Amino acid sequence: MTKPENPRGVELSSKQMKEGDVIVNKWDPRVKYAWATGEAISRFLEEMKNGKLIARKCDSCDRILFPPRMFCEECFKPTTEWVYIKDTGKIETYSISYLDKDARRITDPIFVGVVSIDGASEKMGIMHYFDETTKEDIHIGMPVKAVWKPPEEREGAITDIKYFRPLKEGEE
Amino acid sequence: MTIFRRRLQETGKEMSYEASKMALEEAGLELKDVDSVVLGSAPDAFDGIHLKGENLLDGAGGAGKPYLRVFVGGGTAVFSPIAGWWHVASGLADVCLVVAEEKMSSCFPHPQSAFGHIWDPILDRPLKPNLVWIFAMEMNRYMTVHGIKKEDIARVAVKNKRNALDHPCAQLAADLTIEDVLNSEVLAWPVQMLDISPPSDGASAMILASEEVAKKLTDDLVYLSGAGWCIDSTMWTDRDLYFPEYVARAAKMAYKMAKIENPPKEIDVAEPYDPFDYKELHHMEGLLLCDKGEAPILTREGVTERDGDLPVCPSGGLLGVGNPIAATMGIKACEIYWQLAGKAGKRQVPNDPQVGICQAWGDLMQYGSVLIMRRG
Ligand SMILES: [Zn+2]
Repeated sequence: MTKPENPRGVELSSKQMKEGDVIVNKWDPRVKYAWATGEAISRFLEEMKNGKLIARKCDSCDRILFPPRMFCEECFKPTTEWVYIKDTGKIETYSISYLDKDARRITDPIFVGVVSIDGASEKMGIMHYFDETTKEDIHIGMPVKAVWKPPEEREGAITDIKYFRPLKEGEE
Repeated sequence: MTIFRRRLQETGKEMSYEASKMALEEAGLELKDVDSVVLGSAPDAFDGIHLKGENLLDGAGGAGKPYLRVFVGGGTAVFSPIAGWWHVASGLADVCLVVAEEKMSSCFPHPQSAFGHIWDPILDRPLKPNLVWIFAMEMNRYMTVHGIKKEDIARVAVKNKRNALDHPCAQLAADLTIEDVLNSEVLAWPVQMLDISPPSDGASAMILASEEVAKKLTDDLVYLSGAGWCIDSTMWTDRDLYFPEYVARAAKMAYKMAKIENPPKEIDVAEPYDPFDYKELHHMEGLLLCDKGEAPILTREGVTERDGDLPVCPSGGLLGVGNPIAATMGIKACEIYWQLAGKAGKRQVPNDPQVGICQAWGDLMQYGSVLIMRRG
């Protein structure tokens, strides 16, 4: 005999729920949140308004931690110093997404991935968008540079960088 | 376990009851014989019910008993029996009922909107992420570092969905070809529709008992011989995604407890977590069942088929049976029990397996839970 025997459960179709074949109760929550951004990330976002990326150094392990934090999770000691890093880096990985955040299909795909930032310790980076490249050209290891919003449009958010684009020949 | 489906009519509480009742019946026990209850269930956001543990309590048989709800993302599927094990191993309980439940369909039109709540609110959420992105990014890194072809990953989806044809609870069992997978809709490259397990409703349950009690109930004892779990830093954009180091640490912890020195030789059947096809390969490597980058080769050679040298996901896995997150305990921990007890019927792997391993994975690409079982 194959276990589990006679598994229980009654399947419902989405049509049955939508058309009222079964009784359904609904709730539409309106809960709002405002997050204080903390010691390290507040400074990071302030610097984003200035068009700069900033990290924190840990004196114990000598790592330049990015995104910055006020303590090193490995040494479990306070980090000691603010360090400006560059707005260039390298694509560690990426995806070309035809899904939006609610799993709706989109025809103009989003290029998104992880970019490690020059000047931070190895592999340290952020998730962000890529643009000014193609499905054919984008690749892991591609050098990239941040494209910032104009200063008057920046609001102290990760989206003050619009996206990262391929680094041009001879550019830093 | 209940059937796994995109939508079940039963409430989470009713599903928990059905699964608990089936487990008690199979063990020949009644609720009064149970000393403690562990309930595993993933994000409350799917249900829109906070304090979900309390909401499900009556269905899990926990009322009036020491009761604990655990949640470690997708890792809950194997962490729940680990939490049950420490209740029994510590001597606190002779019999522990472990119930795992997930009802993802209540969040509509798609539970993906609830996944949005798991991201960092300041660094990630303004980019409007979809959870499929993290899999796509991890899969791309894994493929690129080892030079793996998509067709070698697609073989996993074909194998598991075919294995699921023999599972009475399966949601997406199918006989497909590699081409079917490679030609399916691109969702977030390199992830395509048939690379993914579905959202599901379902529940599963298992009974853990002390050796003394278990010997009275059955002649076919299966022991929990090793447990391990580990979580990596929250800063997921600071690590190389090609290898799940935290799974390897969890596995080493479990192997040490189970006194296993050569996992590929000593493990007879494996149920690594397979929410996406590449994850089975990634986790075989994390579980040290092969070298880094070797899992696709073993899959291509047929080693991981049900009748291969190392059967992997003989249940049909999340890809074939479905992915009610915590409740996938039914196709991970329960499956290894059924395989070792010789009760897997049409899914039974040959050659009388003695040692099996199961593993689950979750949070933001950072959590691994591992359980090893041995036939008595
Ligand atoms: Zn440090």
